[in-house]
Amino acid sequence: MEMAVDKTQFHVLAVDDSLIDRKLIERLLKTSSFQVTVVDSGSKALEFLGLNDDEHEQRDSNSDEDQDHQDLGVNLIITDYCMPGMTGYDLLKRIKKSSCFRDIPVVIMSSENIPSRINRCLEDGAEEFLLKPVQLSDVNKLRPHLMKARSNERLFDQH
Amino acid sequence: MNHMAIAALKTQRRNLVQSMFDEGVLDNQFNQLQDLQDSSNPNFVEEVISLFCNDAERIITELNRYLNDQNVDFSKLDSYVHQLKGSSSSIGAYRLKLACVNLRQASEERNMEECAGAFNSIRREYYVVRSKLQVLIQLERHIVNLENQQ
Repeated sequence: MEMAVDKTQFHVLAVDDSLIDRKLIERLLKTSSFQVTVVDSGSKALEFLGLNDDEHEQRDSNSDEDQDHQDLGVNLIITDYCMPGMTGYDLLKRIKKSSCFRDIPVVIMSSENIPSRINRCLEDGAEEFLLKPVQLSDVNKLRPHLMKARSNERLFDQH
Repeated sequence: MNHMAIAALKTQRRNLVQSMFDEGVLDNQFNQLQDLQDSSNPNFVEEVISLFCNDAERIITELNRYLNDQNVDFSKLDSYVHQLKGSSSSIGAYRLKLACVNLRQASEERNMEECAGAFNSIRREYYVVRSKLQVLIQLERHIVNLENQQ
């Protein structure tokens, strides 16, 4: 449509238990001009977002939902599927249950091409499912999801 | 003078990488790694290789341990092989990745003889890719040194 939205930096939270894959995803995302935070587990991701592992969200009773969201500034979460403890799928479900964060696009990565797994993730709210090893061309596919989420945000802000 | 030395080293480097591709020691994922290296991250490939080698050696030690147990814990084994397969795939160590697939298969079938054979392949392929990558790194460093002297 219009605007220099391209110039706006997007902040991606990347989750992977593999040290090598964390290094790779960080470089891939930074090369694509994303701001990046990398953590090694689903629970660290939730901690970063300010969510508990359980059903109850950690929030001040007086704080504004949208303000929290903007202060943190996470625009996309990209997570490995196979992780010890909380899987990427568990993390996806947890994010989608959260009133603060359910609108943040979640992308799942996996080294295994299992159609039932892929379908389940997509049906339960993942925007994309990427096969590892993730390529620069895959990361380029993320931007439209971020632009869409941002323009949706703006739409709601107008009301 | 250095121009010729640099050119010769670059040819050597190109030939080494090509031979690794031809032999299936590396696949296209290695190209992706090289593409991610630039002047702002000049040591990226070397850093990833170093992380990979540390990780692989740790896992190979664990695999050896688990395979020599009286009662082999196949699920632990599988978990480690899965990790090694993942990191091999991430750096483009193709034959090593295949060796991991074989071990997973043998482990699934609870076939100890196959497991032992597959593990030996993993070890062998790891040492092949590591030694060639080490030569590559040395060549890179030499080239960079000469270029910096220009």
